[in-house]
Order: sequence, then C-alpha cells, then structure tokens
Amino acid sequence: MDFEIVIGFEVHTELKTKTKVWCACANEFGGPPNSHVCPVCLGMPGSLPVLNREAFTLALKTALALQCDVPRITTFDRKNYYYPDLPKNYQISQNDKFLGTGGYLEIDLGEAGHKKIRIHNIHLEEDAGKNIHPEDKNVTYSLVDLNRAGVPLLEIVTQPDIRSKEEAAAFMTQMRNFLQYLDVSDCKMQEGSLRFELNMSLRPKGSDAFGQKVEVKNLNSMSVVLKCIDAEFDRQSDMLRNGERVMSETRLWDEVKNETRAMRSKERANDYRYFPDPDLVDVDITPEIRAAAQATIPELPLARRRRFEEQYGLPAYDASVLTASFTTANYFEKAVESHPSPKGISNWIMTEGLAWLNKQPEDTTIDDFPVKSAAIAELVKLIDTGAITGKIAKQVFPIMLETGKSPAVIVEEKGLKPVDDSALGPIIDEVLADPRNEKTIADLRGGKAAAMGALMGAVMKRSGGKANPATVTPLIRKKLGLE
Amino acid sequence: MHLPTAHELSEQLNRGETTSVKLTQQYLEKIERTEPRLHSFITVLGHEALAAAEASDRRRAYELPKSPFDGVPVAVKDNMITKGTKTTCASRILDNFVPPYNGTVVQKLQDAGMIVIGKANLDEFAMGSSTENSAFGRSNNPWNTDLVPGGSSGGSATCVAGGQVPWSLGSDTGGSIRQPAALCGIVGMKPTYGRVSRYGLVAFASSLDQIGPMTLDVEDTAHLLKMISGYDTKDSTSANLPVPDYAEEMRKGSLRGKKVARPKEFFTGEGMDAGVARVVDAAVEKLASLGAEIVDVSMPHLKYSISCYYLVATAECSSNLARYDGAQYGYRTEGAKNIVEMFSKSRAEGFGAEVKRRIMMGTHALSAGYYDAYYSKALKIRTLLKQDYDAALKQADLIVAPTSPIPAFPAGAKADPMSMYLCDIFTLSLNLAGYCGISLPAGFTANEGLPVGVQLFAGAFEEVKLLQASYEFEKALGVVGSRLPAVVG
Ligand SMILES: [Zn+2]
Repeated sequence: MDFEIVIGFEVHTELKTKTKVWCACANEFGGPPNSHVCPVCLGMPGSLPVLNREAFTLALKTALALQCDVPRITTFDRKNYYYPDLPKNYQISQNDKFLGTGGYLEIDLGEAGHKKIRIHNIHLEEDAGKNIHPEDKNVTYSLVDLNRAGVPLLEIVTQPDIRSKEEAAAFMTQMRNFLQYLDVSDCKMQEGSLRFELNMSLRPKGSDAFGQKVEVKNLNSMSVVLKCIDAEFDRQSDMLRNGERVMSETRLWDEVKNETRAMRSKERANDYRYFPDPDLVDVDITPEIRAAAQATIPELPLARRRRFEEQYGLPAYDASVLTASFTTANYFEKAVESHPSPKGISNWIMTEGLAWLNKQPEDTTIDDFPVKSAAIAELVKLIDTGAITGKIAKQVFPIMLETGKSPAVIVEEKGLKPVDDSALGPIIDEVLADPRNEKTIADLRGGKAAAMGALMGAVMKRSGGKANPATVTPLIRKKLGLE
Repeated sequence: MHLPTAHELSEQLNRGETTSVKLTQQYLEKIERTEPRLHSFITVLGHEALAAAEASDRRRAYELPKSPFDGVPVAVKDNMITKGTKTTCASRILDNFVPPYNGTVVQKLQDAGMIVIGKANLDEFAMGSSTENSAFGRSNNPWNTDLVPGGSSGGSATCVAGGQVPWSLGSDTGGSIRQPAALCGIVGMKPTYGRVSRYGLVAFASSLDQIGPMTLDVEDTAHLLKMISGYDTKDSTSANLPVPDYAEEMRKGSLRGKKVARPKEFFTGEGMDAGVARVVDAAVEKLASLGAEIVDVSMPHLKYSISCYYLVATAECSSNLARYDGAQYGYRTEGAKNIVEMFSKSRAEGFGAEVKRRIMMGTHALSAGYYDAYYSKALKIRTLLKQDYDAALKQADLIVAPTSPIPAFPAGAKADPMSMYLCDIFTLSLNLAGYCGISLPAGFTANEGLPVGVQLFAGAFEEVKLLQASYEFEKALGVVGSRLPAVVG
C-alpha cells in the first residue's frame, strides 16, 4: 500500500523586540546565565505581567500579513504544566480568543505551481528558559538559565495542508523568508529564534480521512525536520503495514539515532488546564491600532519579485531566486544602488554568492558573505567600464572572497590591469602573423563575423587575459584594412 | 482612655510633641510585652524600624517630612513583598524567602516615610478565616486570647486592636480584611478591585485579591487608603483614575436622604448568632435614625456566592501557587532522586492542609471534562452576582450587611472546612462583584462582650461615598474607643 504524508506545522518564532513580553528585561540572545532577569520573568511571588506593546504590534502585523481574521478583543490564557525552565509553572499563552485565525501562506513550489497553506491560528505567548544538564554523569544537578524566559514568542499553527517532504521544505524556507520580510524575528534556528514542530500522519493514497497524528518536538534545523519526516514516514508506514495503530502522541527527535522516540511519561503533559489569565486585561484591537499595524507591513516576497522583474528588467528566474531570501534581495538592491547594472550584479550573486551560501550552515545569510554588496557592485562596474575583463574578474573574485579587499585594490596589487592599448599592437601583429590563423583571417575577410571571436581568443590568450575586448576588435579590423 | 490613632500620632509628630524614634520604641516595647499573648507577627523589624525612625526624625528636624505620616509605624500582612525582609505568607514553603524587590504598596508606605515595624501573621497564603492555618502558629484575639481573631488578615487585626501598632494593611480576597476587623473590633476596608496595586502582593486569587487598610477609626482608613491607592504601570489590572483626598472628602457627606439597600438574603437569620444579629439590627436602625432610607431588596444569586467563590478562587490559586516547587527559592526537600520527586515532595512538605485542599479543588475545577461544569459555570454565576449588586446599587446608594454571622470563636472550633467557609458568607460576594466595602465596629455581643461588625458596600470606585457614610455612621454608633480589649499594649 502506498501512503500519503499529511503534515501541519507549529511555527514558533521569537519576536525581535527591545524588551521581553511581560517585563523590561532586555530581549537579547546569549549573555551570562540569568543576567537578563527580574522578579517578573523569574516568576517571583507577587510579580505581575504587563503586556509589551511592541511585541503585540509585531504579532498583530504578522497576523494581518498572513491574511488572518483578527478579532476586536483578544485575551491571554494560562497553560499550566510543571517544568523547571518555566518559572511560574504556567505559560502565558492564548487558547481561546486568539490574535488571529484563518489566513494562509502561499508557497511557491516551482514547476508544481503555488499552494496555500492555511493557518489555523496565530497567537502570542512567552518563551521558556533553558535547562542545562552538565555533561559529567556524576553530577546530580541540572542548571536553569532564565535569560530566554519571557521572550515574546509568536506561534503560527497551520492546518494539515502539506502533502510531501518537498512541500514541507518549501513551506519552512518560505515561512522563514516571510517572517524576515516582515522584520518581526531574527529567524535563527540555531539560536532557537525560529522553531518548527511537526504534526505528521499517514494515510493510504487516495484516502480523504486523516490518520492519527504524531507531534515531534526538538527539531532544531530545517534539515533535521526533513530527516525526521523520512524517519517518521518509515516508522509510521511500517506500523500501518503491520496492522498496528499509530498512537497520537508527542515524540522527541533523537539526533544521535536519527529517529523519534516517545516522550517519557513525566515529560508528557496531557491536561494544560487552560483558563483566562486574571493578571492581564483584554486587549482591544481598535480600528486605529489595527490600521497602525497594517501600515507597518512592508513589501512582501511576491510583490518584490514582480517589482524586480519590472524595475530592473530581470528575468523571472533571477527575480524569484533573489527575492526568495529577504537578505539576498536587500543585498542585490544595495549593490544596484551603487552601480545600476542589475543583470550583471544578479549574475554574480546567483553564481558566486549563492554557491558560497549553499556551503554554509542553515542560518547563514548573504549578509555573512565576505564580499559585501558594494564590492560586488564595484567589480561589475570595473567590467562594465572595460577596466577589467570578465576573465580577469573571475581571477579577482576568489581573492576578494579570501581577503575581503576591494576589487580595484586587488587589480592594482596583482597587476591585473588590462594591457595598455599601445602594447596591444605587437600582440595583435603576432597573432595575425601566426600561420595557424591564416584560415580564420581569410574567413573574416570573407565576411564571417564569427571568425573575430577566434582571433579575439588568441589575443586574449597571448595577453594573459588582460586585453580589453572593446579595444581589440577595432584594432584587428584596422590592421586587416577592414575599416 | 483609648488607643491612639495614626492621625493623632501624626498631629503629635507635626507639633513636635513626640519623635518617630520615641513612638517606634514605644510600639516595639508594646509588641515585646504583648506578643507572647497575641502572636500578631511573623517578623518584627526592630533595628530596621529604629533606623528608619531616626531618618524620619532627621527629615522632620529639617522640616522636610515626606508626608504628614512620616515617622508613624505601620504593620503589613506577611503576604506583601518587602525587599530584604523575609516574606513567608505564613507558609513553610516560603520560610526563608527574602525578596529582592519591594511591592508597590510597601514602596508607597516607605515613600511616605512610614516605619514598617512588622510583618503580620495570616492564614497560609491568605487561605482561611481564623489565622489557624499559619505555619508559624495562630494569632490570638485581644478580647479573649482563647478565641481566634478571624482571618486571613488575623495578625493585621490583632496588632491594631491590641495596640501594638497604630494601623496596618491586610489583604481581602473573600473577606480577609473585613471579617477579622469585625472579630477584633476595628475598621477594615476592601477597596474596589483595581484601586490599589497588587504588584508585590503574593497572589492567592488574582481576580479577587485587594490590599486595604485596617485601622482604629474611619479617618485613619481614609488617610491610609489615599496613601496606597493609585494607578500602577506594573499592574495591568490597576485602574488609571485619580486618587481623591479621602480624609478631606469624607467630611463632606451626609446620610440624610441617602438610600441604603438591605438585601433580604443577608438578613434571613439562618446560621446567625442571636447576639450578633441584635447588634447588626440596631446598627441598621441607627442608619435610619440618621435619616437614611432603608430599602429592602433581593439579591437572588447571593445563595450561590460560596460555591462560586470557592471555584473561582481555588482555580486561580491552583495556578498561582504552582510556582512554589523548590527549584528557585523557598523550601526544597532533601535528597530527591529526580525533578518530579523534588517538585512533589517540596510541595507536599511545604504546604499546609488547607492550601493543599484548595489547590486540589482548583485543579479539579479546571480539569478537562470538568471545566464547563465548574469553572465556566462559576464565571457565569459571578456575572449574575455582579448584576445583583448593580441592581441593588441602582436602587440605593449603599448596601448594608452583617460582616460575620458569629463573633470570635475558640481555636479548633471550625475543624470542618465547610463550617469555616461559612464564616465568609456575608463578605465574599463583594469580591466577586469587585466593588468596595467596609466593616465598622457596631457594638458588642450582650453575653460575651465580643465585638461585632457591620458592613457598608458601595459601587466601583465609590470609596468617597463609602467613607462619607462610614464617618457619620461611626460617630453615631459610638463604639470606636468605647472599650479596650483584655490584652492591650
Ligand atoms: Zn524580566
């Protein structure tokens, strides 16, 4: 029997605010353990939460950008469970009057077209701290770092609309990109500011019914999520083939064994006893508040892609590749700003930039690329003005990547300047005198324009690539009396 | 002879007839003399109080007092967070908890130059009506030390009634200020929910808790209320409303022509001590003799108030008290083998029986499958109760009610939880509605000579109206200062 994958995601993203969601502590990654804490985020007796308006606005902006239905009144609830990284032993979240319901993210599946992944709900909550278990097995304690406790966390719960690993991959990268476009989160999976929890079930191909879904946590990169989908597919399909029932449960990804495992019973929470948090008041999303949040929504990926085609005259493929990442698109536009040669710049980014990026860890962006946008622009400018040839540029680039130096400096230092036009004459004379080129010269004289290319190649070779093609052609024609 | 009120002490200080150090020393001596019999305090702040008093006297010497009450001693219930001073909530689980911050109300007292002289005893986490649930031993009623002072703000009541401190702060979740005030013969007020910041009040039931004054007379209540009230950006539920000068406004009203609602459900006589009933009835007549019109009303949902209260309050407490797990602060069990054992043993050993009972009740009320039948229904009843209050307050300016069905009772007499819960039958509906109320000394039972209280209620943020009526009513009743308790400092 063939099975079809059914996947929904719970996307957790830490919002990029100055302070935490209920207190004035800095919302910063890292720092010595328990250095960004106060009575409120420590859950001290007597402390009370107060909603951070910035966090709320970023959450609202995301809900509106995802076309969610946003109610007039939204409220917070307590989710009760015991865990040492949760200082109050309840998490302030939303479970009833969500910030947003409905809505969707439209993902681009390349040749397979577009697909809308529907949103079940979007809500604002607080992140937990981190438990640290010392490596030494003889140690009988664990430590808790609460720097992350109380960091605003946005949870986007999708409908089970994803049907393959490829769709899952497209959803994850495009959701991350969407959130980066909105500028609501750093979206760094290694630092935990973006996390995907997987809800996955299988069903016989052609069936409309849903199977028992399994929830998997502890997936700290997109590649791990994809590995997990494979592992769960194998596990669940084996069970179903053997006539076993898949349990609806929460499982953890085991990075060492590359498989999921059931949570131990003590890690399992079955009744969160949600109820409205009496310490917080209803949030009234007035038309003014809503309009203000709406106004902060920037140009989103699809619109930017269309603009890249129109404004810069880029081919559809270039526009889609460049805008598939917020940072890459920004990098491109910055480069074009300093040297308006969109296609030339696009070519360099798409070949060299993205080739480099593909070899880096998942969270890397083009901003980490040693060659900055100004340097790429300068390189293209050197080519466009004939200061160097494309061939020289290919020699200059690896040095830029390695040293971070500007292309002009490298050209100067390495003596890669084009051959002086006065030095070209003898080189061209030699080429034209070479008996091996007799036939080519005859072809050129006979009107075969393509023959010029072969002569040019010979001149370039002899000059070590330093000849400026723009100068070589008229010189050859002149020397052959073709003017 | 009567116990000096805080406004009298303030006048003495302002006239230079005494100093804060003298006053503080006197009160510390009174505490030392009477504390073995009253046990009002969990912590007495001797050195700290004297140091603060010296600073206050220096300010007065330079004629720079922070407020008219600069240098006047005060006690706070030990569920109010005090920076650097242990805050126990009368629980073993917070036995050695020294908070790193000040609650807003305590900060306001210090900003007014007042001397926090002690942390008063209470029922553990403010759960109880007798102060017997304190992990550090019960407090005793100054009128008869074999009797309880009521609760949960029992220590805050005994220290004022017993003359150990001129005034104090309690907290009222279902009557925890008003009932002990009545049983100890003092004034106790629960302000409107949101009038006083809860930041730094260790939560029992967040939607009901409110800090309020416990004083010898209405005038002191007005002064202390002004000092602790106001909007606080640290408490989302605090009201952003101006704070009137209550002591000033209090003198401007008259009961003549005012309508006072008498809900029949409060006056059925059922479960009511006959001696208490006589005093309360006489008080209502006194209201009429002052020119108030007594309007008989019905508040049909009052009969559900105990059930409703014990669902809402316990549900909230089950979540509020989840943080006491031994991980970060407070009591931690020894030698637990894993985290689950550490949590459960720390809680099993750290909490007393009544707290555990309420955590279990609340956990049950919120559980899947029971939520709709219990918690959700309780919220609906709460709305109906509030509507009863609104209807009564539409017909009348104020509501009158007894404070407690019985006078102070012997320790151990209410071992059955339900009989203890019934002590609050006249007080807890006000917290569910969120409005303000006060218990005033109305007289003494004829047989035992024990104090009896009477309550007045007013609508949201109508503290001025409530205090105006109380000020006149108190004078007419003539109880304040008329008798001294058996134990007095
Ligand atoms: Zn904090």
